[in-house]
Amino acid sequence: MFAKINASFIALVAALASTSLAAEQTGPDVADFTLNNGLELVIIPDHRAPVVTHMIWYKVGAADETPGKSGLAHFLEHLMFKGTGKNPAGKFSQVVARIGGQENAFTAQDYTGYYQRVPSEQLKTVMEFEADRMTGLQLTDEVVLPERNVILEEQNQRVGNNPRARLSEQIDAALFLNHPYGKPVIGWRHEMEQLSRDDAIGFYRRFYAPNNAVVVIAGDIDPARARALAEETYGQVARHAALAPRVRPLEPPPVAVRSLTLADPRVEMPAMQREYLVPSFATAKRGESDALEVLAHILGSGSSSRLYRTLVVDKQIAVAAEAWYDSNELDPSKFGIHGAPRPGITLPQLEAETDAVIAQVIDKGVNSEELERTKTRLIADAVYAQDNQASMARWYGTALTTGATVNDVRHWSDRIRAVTADQVRDAARQWLDKRRSVTGYLIKDVSQQAEKRS
Amino acid sequence: MSRLVFCLISVVAALTVGAGAASAMTIEKVVSPAGIQAWLVREKAVPLVTLNYAFHGGASQDEADNAGTAHLAADMLDEGAGDLDSKSFHERLENHAIEMTFQVGRDHLHGSLRALNEHRDEAFDLLNLALTRPRFDADALERVRGQELASLQRDTTNPNDLASRRWWETAFPGHPYGRETKGTLETVPRITVDNLREYVRRVFARNELTVSIVGDVDAKTAGALIDRAFAGLPSKNDLKPVADAVPAGLGRRIVINVDVPQAVVTFGGQGIARNDPEFMAAYVVNHILGGGSFSSRLYKEVREKRGLAYGVSDSLVWFKRAAVVLGGTATRADRTADALAVIEQEVKRMAVEGPTPDELAAAKSFLKGSYALGLDTSAKIAAQLTQIQIDNLGIDYIQRRGALIDAVTIEDAKRVAQRLYGGGLLVTVAGRPKGLTSTGTPE
Repeated sequence: MFAKINASFIALVAALASTSLAAEQTGPDVADFTLNNGLELVIIPDHRAPVVTHMIWYKVGAADETPGKSGLAHFLEHLMFKGTGKNPAGKFSQVVARIGGQENAFTAQDYTGYYQRVPSEQLKTVMEFEADRMTGLQLTDEVVLPERNVILEEQNQRVGNNPRARLSEQIDAALFLNHPYGKPVIGWRHEMEQLSRDDAIGFYRRFYAPNNAVVVIAGDIDPARARALAEETYGQVARHAALAPRVRPLEPPPVAVRSLTLADPRVEMPAMQREYLVPSFATAKRGESDALEVLAHILGSGSSSRLYRTLVVDKQIAVAAEAWYDSNELDPSKFGIHGAPRPGITLPQLEAETDAVIAQVIDKGVNSEELERTKTRLIADAVYAQDNQASMARWYGTALTTGATVNDVRHWSDRIRAVTADQVRDAARQWLDKRRSVTGYLIKDVSQQAEKRS
Repeated sequence: MSRLVFCLISVVAALTVGAGAASAMTIEKVVSPAGIQAWLVREKAVPLVTLNYAFHGGASQDEADNAGTAHLAADMLDEGAGDLDSKSFHERLENHAIEMTFQVGRDHLHGSLRALNEHRDEAFDLLNLALTRPRFDADALERVRGQELASLQRDTTNPNDLASRRWWETAFPGHPYGRETKGTLETVPRITVDNLREYVRRVFARNELTVSIVGDVDAKTAGALIDRAFAGLPSKNDLKPVADAVPAGLGRRIVINVDVPQAVVTFGGQGIARNDPEFMAAYVVNHILGGGSFSSRLYKEVREKRGLAYGVSDSLVWFKRAAVVLGGTATRADRTADALAVIEQEVKRMAVEGPTPDELAAAKSFLKGSYALGLDTSAKIAAQLTQIQIDNLGIDYIQRRGALIDAVTIEDAKRVAQRLYGGGLLVTVAGRPKGLTSTGTPE
């Protein structure tokens, strides 16, 4: 799903979890080609409205930061709006605004993306600007320092002010013993506060290049025309001669059941969250990631899922219960469980009942009715996704920056259709092992509150 | 439930509605065999159908003592209907990948339905059951009520909710618009099954029903589908009147103490009715002040120049009986006063001077060009058609919209800026803002 983070004033779209990103093999005719300088392009024609979604995805994210510089990939993303030698700060945004376009950018562990949605006849304009800032960025302390305050406020807004986000951050940090996925994408505040202009420019020169990016264009454009425009714009940017391969420190085999508790004075409803270390699509054996996808849905997506049905409806011990799996990571990924108890039920009680639901899937597997229901839903999501050019573009962009190919995306529905009940049970057996997991409790901090009142 | 967020978005996307490309789209007026009117856009590219509709009569139909009734009723509609209990109803939806949503606003209950072509009859039948024969079974009701109370309990320490709630309560004291649609921890436990049934009886009717369909269907099929869902409803609703209102408390600032690192600010004042002749001028001017793009004055002054906040914006909000301009930001405690001073200064400057001709031209260009971006999926088109119908703008509005924007002169813009921002702001702040206290007298 595209999770929506709603601040009181504005909708900030974000986040790709896995399952909604789906399209059928029978979907649009997707073109995929690479320019001489190594830039890959994916074109997804959709001629219903005369608009295009133009996205550039760099194969660099928070997990590629140097230790001690957490938040740098995201900071650079903000600074990419600060102008080049050719186009001073604000000009790109002004032009996008004048043509009635929308723009935004996002950073994740494995990728950093920038996009514009514009009338199709303006495609070349945004390609020119985007090609210019691929290597032409110029930064001064005058723009860098206020922007560092902006990302610190963003950290406050997303994490500081939000106890559940704080818990997730702690669980990630405990889950990954060695891999940089344990650091938050937004960064740790003490490191964010020290990020400098030189840090940003150094990171930019290391990673921003045509041969380290994918351009995805969805909408009212033909592949041949897109290719010609790409040659004229991006094609003029020189390839990066010494691009280092993306090799991150690997996780050792997990051996300990880990648990942690975060107490925060603002917690009004306690909650439990667990994450297991599991393979991503890129690291999984064939079929394994698809089985995890189906497992997450059967276990915890929607009102008919095992966790919701058992804990919320039948036993009435929880107000929320869900599971998710993120297949789109370059390195090993996470399978998550979240639950919130009803008043009067403790977190250990809820955890024990959650474990019982998981144990049942491990012992007895899943039945054919829930398997079929889940496949129908996931495959329908693929059709629904075709109704939204921006979703399609995000789906391909995420896949291609996390180790998958255009063909992998094309055959997503086929792979989901092929998942068997045995594979789902085996996935649960192998991966939902508590020794692979961290369980976090979110509770109210009473002491701190009393102190503040005085 | 919110999920983990895997990526971060840095800058704020514009959610806009303007004109242009959409002119390629043809809207047909359809009247079903039972006489229900709807707007239809035929779209054959993807094998699905999307329905969007609204009943007049939202949360403003709630009594103060039972606030949250409409909201709870909406949340209960897919929890069992007719012969299907909650489990069976959900299984029927999920077995066919049918998406059914209900959402309560102050004036309307909004619904949507999405299904693959092969399952559309089933989808419209299930919607009919939900609207005409909801069960409100006791076990399902207590479960959903428990979830709502949990959510309300969480809101009590959430600075966004605290600032927003206080703003509305202060702006519209004693009026239904002053209440949160969700109700409160005091009122939600009091809501009975009879209250829910009474809401459904009074609101779900054909006379003030607005319907839009987008999908791979012709007019005849659309008519049949509409009747499948809605023909069984009573012909006339039974609504309580809602009084006209203007926001009170302008000039006041209210600080709500809550221990968070970042203070959340809500600000707003008198807005403009959707049918006011100066609405479009106001829409353009507000875009210049604080609309959701990277070029607004508030964005430049608060975020770009000073780094005081991640986001800041404001927008026009209109209802049937009132209109406001409403904005917000979130900023660190030791600079909240600075951020607020900048916002107040910019609002005042806009009231006194209005926009410049360059700003006006750029805003017009953006608002016209971006409209098509809001019409590129079936769901967005259907929702927009419903809003155009509710606002009574006419079936040719999408074609006319560009000319309406072009017609706004710099004099219009200056006059409406004075009218919109000259009346002062009501400001609520939740957090521990340094050096800021409540000011102004409660009325």
